[in-house]
Amino acid sequence: MLIGHQPKDFLLSVEGLTVSFDGFKAVNDLSFYVEENEIRVIIGPNGAGKTTVLDLICGKTKATAGAIHFRDKDLTKMKENQIVQAGVGRKFQNPSIYDDLTVFENLEISYPRGRTVFGALTFTRDAVVRDRVHEVAEMIFLKDRLNMSAELLSHGQKQWLEIGMLLIQDPELLMLDEPVAGMSVSERVKTAELLNTIIKNRSVLVIEHDMKFVEDIAHKVTVLHQGQILSEGTMEKVKNDPKVIEVYLGH
Amino acid sequence: MNDNARFVNRKELMGILVLAVLLVVILPLSLDVFRLNLVAKYLTYAFVALGLVICWGFGGILSLGQGVFFGLGGYCMAMFLKLEASSPENTKIQSTPGIPDFMDWNQITSLPLFWKPFHSLTFTVIAIIVVPAFFAFIIGAAMFKRRVGGTYFAIITQAVAAILTILIVGQQGYTGGINGMTDLRTLKGWDIRPDHAKIVLYFFEVALLFGCIFIAQFIRRSKLGRILVAMREKEDRVRFSGYSVANFKIFAFCVAAMFAAIGGAMFALNVGFMSPSFVGIVPSIEMVIYTAVGGRLSILGAVYGTLLVNFAKTSLSESFPELWLFGLGGLFIAVVLAFPNGLAGIWGDYIQPRIDRLFASRKSGSDPKADSKNGKSFGPVADGAPAE
Amino acid sequence: MFGDYSIGDLGSIFVMQGFAGLILFSVYVLMALGLAIIFGQMGVINMAHGEFMILGAYVTWMTSNFFQAFLPSLFSGYFFVAMILAFFASGALGMLVEWALIRHLYKRPLDTLLATWGLSLILQQAYRSIFGAREVGVELPQWMLGSQKVTDSIEVPINGIFVMCLTLLITIAVAYVMYKSRWGRQVRAVVQNRIMAGAVGINTERVDCYTFGLGCGIAGIAGSAFTMIGSTGPTSGQLYIVDTFLVVVFGGAASLVGTIASAFSISQTQSTLEFFMSGSMAKVLTLLAVVGILMLRPQGLFALKVRK
Repeated sequence: MLIGHQPKDFLLSVEGLTVSFDGFKAVNDLSFYVEENEIRVIIGPNGAGKTTVLDLICGKTKATAGAIHFRDKDLTKMKENQIVQAGVGRKFQNPSIYDDLTVFENLEISYPRGRTVFGALTFTRDAVVRDRVHEVAEMIFLKDRLNMSAELLSHGQKQWLEIGMLLIQDPELLMLDEPVAGMSVSERVKTAELLNTIIKNRSVLVIEHDMKFVEDIAHKVTVLHQGQILSEGTMEKVKNDPKVIEVYLGH
Repeated sequence: MNDNARFVNRKELMGILVLAVLLVVILPLSLDVFRLNLVAKYLTYAFVALGLVICWGFGGILSLGQGVFFGLGGYCMAMFLKLEASSPENTKIQSTPGIPDFMDWNQITSLPLFWKPFHSLTFTVIAIIVVPAFFAFIIGAAMFKRRVGGTYFAIITQAVAAILTILIVGQQGYTGGINGMTDLRTLKGWDIRPDHAKIVLYFFEVALLFGCIFIAQFIRRSKLGRILVAMREKEDRVRFSGYSVANFKIFAFCVAAMFAAIGGAMFALNVGFMSPSFVGIVPSIEMVIYTAVGGRLSILGAVYGTLLVNFAKTSLSESFPELWLFGLGGLFIAVVLAFPNGLAGIWGDYIQPRIDRLFASRKSGSDPKADSKNGKSFGPVADGAPAE
Repeated sequence: MFGDYSIGDLGSIFVMQGFAGLILFSVYVLMALGLAIIFGQMGVINMAHGEFMILGAYVTWMTSNFFQAFLPSLFSGYFFVAMILAFFASGALGMLVEWALIRHLYKRPLDTLLATWGLSLILQQAYRSIFGAREVGVELPQWMLGSQKVTDSIEVPINGIFVMCLTLLITIAVAYVMYKSRWGRQVRAVVQNRIMAGAVGINTERVDCYTFGLGCGIAGIAGSAFTMIGSTGPTSGQLYIVDTFLVVVFGGAASLVGTIASAFSISQTQSTLEFFMSGSMAKVLTLLAVVGILMLRPQGLFALKVRK
C-alpha cells in the first residue's frame, strides 16, 4: 500500500458535485474534503442525498458534473472495481453479503488477491489467506461461524460480516451507510466497539441517524439538506446551528 | 495448492465414477451400434448443457442462443469433412468438380475464400474452439460491459440465434441452406460411417466429455466458481469487492460457448451431417431444458438431464408424436415451478440423505461432513445451526 | 440498379414498399402493445405471447365460419364480433395463466421465460390437435377486398388500410387506459412500488392478474387483425415472437411511444431493404442493426435515467 502522503493533503476532495435524475438534482454543487485518518459523519433528513453521495464516490452512480479526487485519482472517471482497488471500500445500507456462500467464502472473496479472471482461477487458499480470514472473523465476532452458510446469520451478524468483508480489503477510505440500523441494543454496543477498532489508521465516511453514535465517533459532521451542505463542522457547532435544528434535529 | 488440489471431493468422485461406468461400460455393452450412436448424438448436447451449468447455473447468465455456438462448432467440423468428401474424383460429375455439391447446385464455380483454410484439420480444430469463443467474446463484451443482463441478454442471444439461422438458410450456396451439409464421409481418409468407426467416435466423445466435466469441476472449485455464484446473487457487492463483473461473465459465457462448440463438432462427426435446425431458437431453448431437468447447478446432472430428456423425446415422438410437445411443455413448467434444482435437487433432497443415513447407521462415527468445508454444496446447508 | 425504372415508377415503388412496411408496422405494434404492457409494466417475459395472438386468430376464424353457416346476412360485420370475442378469449386464458403460473414466478424473470416457453409448446400442440396442422385463412367480407387507387400507379389494399386504422384505434385506447384511467394509474403504481401500492389499498394481485389479462387480450385482437392479412397455423405465433420482443426492448421497455417508434423504424427498415435484396438478407440486416444498436444503447431508444 502507498504511504507517500503529505500531511496537509486531503485524502478525498469532492468539488462541485452534481447529479440529476431526469431533471431532479439529488446532489447539487456539493463540495467537501476529508483528511487522512478523519472520521466524517454525514447526517441529514431523508432524501437529503446522503446515500447518493456515497453512490457517487464509489462509482455506483455517475456524476452529472463535478469532480471527486481520491489522492491524485479522479474517481468520476473510474469503474467501481477500479475505485475499490484504489482503496475505497463501501458498506451498503442493507447487509449485502452472499447468502449462498459460507462466512469463510464471503470473507475469502473479499480478500484483495486474484481479482482478475485468471487470478481467480489460479487462486489458492494458502496459509496467509486462511490466517487473515480467521483474524478478521475474530474481530467481527463470527469466528465460530466460519463454515456456516451466510444465509443463516442474524441481521446483526450479516452487518458484521459485511463490515468484515470491507475490513479484509483494508481500504484507506471506508464508507459505511447506516452501520447500526436495525440492530438490537447489545449488537449496537458491540458494533460501536468494532467500528472503534477498525477506524484506526484510515479515513471513514459514515452515514448515520443515531445521534448518540454520531457524537461518539465523529471528528467532523456534514449536514446535508436537499442535496446541498446545510452546515459543516464539529458536532458541537452543528448541533447549535439554527438551520440544522430547524430542518433536522428539531423534531 | 493443498485445498485446490482436492478439487473433487469423495462424493463427487463417486458420482463421476458412476457416470463413467455407465457411459464406458454399461451403455456400450447393452446397446447395439445404432442405439449407441443415438446416445453419442444425445451426448453432444450434454456438452452444451454442461456449458450452461457454468454460465446459467453458476453465473446466472441465461443464454438462449447456445445453438449458435453448437452450430458454429458443428459447421466448422462439417466444412472440413465436406471438403474431404468433395474431392475431384468424388465430384467429377459436377460442372465444377472439387467443390461441395450444394455449391455446384447453386451455380458457384470456385471455392469461396473463407472455405479454403478448412482443408487443414489443424486449422479446423483450432477454429472449432476459437470461432465460437470469439463470437461469445464479442457478444459478451458488448453486453456485459454495458451491464446488460438477465432477460435482456436472453432475448438478444435469442435474436442472434434467429439471425444466424436465417443467414445459413438464406446463403444456400455457401452453407448448404436448409438441408445443411450432408453426406460427410471421411476424416483424414478414415471412414466415419461404418459401425466400428461409430464405436471409436463414441468413446472419443465420452473422453472429451469427461475432459469438459473436469474443466467445469475445476472452475467450480476455484475461487472463480465462487465469484460466479456470488455474482449471481449480489452483482454490486462483487463489483465493490474489486472485481470486474463483466470480465467474469464474459469468461463464463466464452467457456459455455466453447463447450457447446465441441458438442457441435462431435455432432457433425457422430451423426454425419450438420444443419440449421440445430442452430435456431427452438433447439437453443431446448438445450436449456436439458440443463434445467438435470439441475442447473449440477455438472453431472447436466449429462443425466440431457440423456433423459432425449430418450424420452425419441421414445415418445416415435410412438405418440402429439404427446411429446405436451410433455416437453409440461416439463418446462414443472421444472421451473416445482423442481428448480432438477434431478440433482431431487437427488440431494430426498435420495442422498437416505443413503447417507443408511451408511451412517451402519458405521457410526464416520465423517459425512468431511467434505463440506471445502468448497460448496449448493443444496440447502444441512449442518448449519440456525442463527442466534 | 435504378436504371430500368423511371423516376415516377421509382416513386410509386417506394410508396408501395412503404405501405407494405406500414402493414408490417401495424402487426408489430399490435403484438408489441400487449407485450409492452406485460413486459414493460410487469417485467414478465411472456414467450407464449404469440400463441395468445394465434388464439385470437383462431377465434376469428371460427366466428367467420359460424357467420357464414348461420348468419350469412350479417357476414359483412362478423369481424367486429370476432374481435371482441378474441379479446375476451385471449384475455381470459391470460388471466388463468397468470393465476396458475406467472404469479408464482414474479421474482424469477428468467424462469418465467422458460415456463411460458413451455406453455407456448403446449398451446401450439393443442392448436394442432384441435384445428389441424394446416394453416387456415378466413374469408374476408366483400367490402374489405380489392384495393384503393391513390394515383395511376399507386394502389393500396383495403384490408391493409383497415388493419392500420384498427391499430391506430387500439393504440389510442391502450394509451388512454394506461395513462388516463384510474386503473392505469393503479397498474403504474404497482409497477413503481408494489409494497407502497399495497399499503394504500390497491389489490396488487388483482392488478397483476388484470394487467396480464389485458396484455393477452390485446394479443388476441392482434391475432384477429392478423387474419386480415395472412393465414394462421399452430406455429404462426412463434414466427413473430423474437421480432416483437426486439421491438419492445428496442423502444425502451416501459415506453409506449418508444414501442411505436421502434416498431415503425424496424418495419420500415426491413421493407425498404427488401426492395434491394432477398427477404432473408433484409431480415438479417435489420435484426443485426437492432442488436447492434441495442449493444451500444441497451436501455433502448426511449428510457429515463433513474436512480436504481
